[in-house]
Amino acid sequence: MNVTLNHFLIVAALLFGIGLYGVLAKRNAIAILMGIELMLNATNLNLIAFTRYITPGLLTGHVFAIFVIAVAAAEVAVGLALVITIYRDRVSVNVDDLNIMKW
Amino acid sequence: MTVESFVFWILALLTIGSALGVIVFRNLVHSALYMVLTFVGVAGLYVLLYADFLAAVQILVYAGAIAILIVFGVMLTQRRDMQETNTFGKLSPISGLVAFCLVAVISLSVVQTNWVALSDQAPPDSTVDLVAGLMMTNYVVPFEVAAILLLVAMIGAIILAKGERSR
Repeated sequence: MNVTLNHFLIVAALLFGIGLYGVLAKRNAIAILMGIELMLNATNLNLIAFTRYITPGLLTGHVFAIFVIAVAAAEVAVGLALVITIYRDRVSVNVDDLNIMKW
Repeated sequence: MTVESFVFWILALLTIGSALGVIVFRNLVHSALYMVLTFVGVAGLYVLLYADFLAAVQILVYAGAIAILIVFGVMLTQRRDMQETNTFGKLSPISGLVAFCLVAVISLSVVQTNWVALSDQAPPDSTVDLVAGLMMTNYVVPFEVAAILLLVAMIGAIILAKGERSR
């Protein structure tokens, strides 16, 4: 049995689902950031799988994946700075405690 | 079973298994280590997809820089015992349902779609020069915007982490 596009897409879908579950279910803000990273990795995997199987030779998907990686790096840097600021203020990174903007 | 599919199954199991480890483990440091393993597995899948440059970038940026950042975040925000630092919230069952439904819908649509290759070219041996060519011609404006975004994010992160009082 050869490896086809579907295999990679299903792996990426599973990775995305695991990341989404982590983002929605975890209480620690850093664990939520980890879930976001897993989801971004799944999207990159999709982009590169499509490049390989749909348009081989045309590397637009690779360029797009590089931009996603750059944005992910910026996102995790700002996210961690926010988490550290929140920790300094409230001595907690548990998102259940962060209800200051709740109605 | 060809070598390619053998390698694919090993890498897929490694990636999915360690991604599950990120979620399941209740110690945040173990989750961070499993996240690095996930990134390495994804880099292996990139190699299998003939994306050599992106595999190197994945190892450097994700398994190197982002993992270090996350570990720093863990170190700076956990002062007590590391046990039970990565627990589930109240919404755990319903978010499991949401994630499962999403995966089911995506998998179903992936299987039912008839993917047609737009060209039957062989994938290039090395992607570095092609990616560099695209980055410096068609995508030079997004490239510059990404550079500015990284600069702004760096300054913003420094200002945020430095705090209001110490100014």
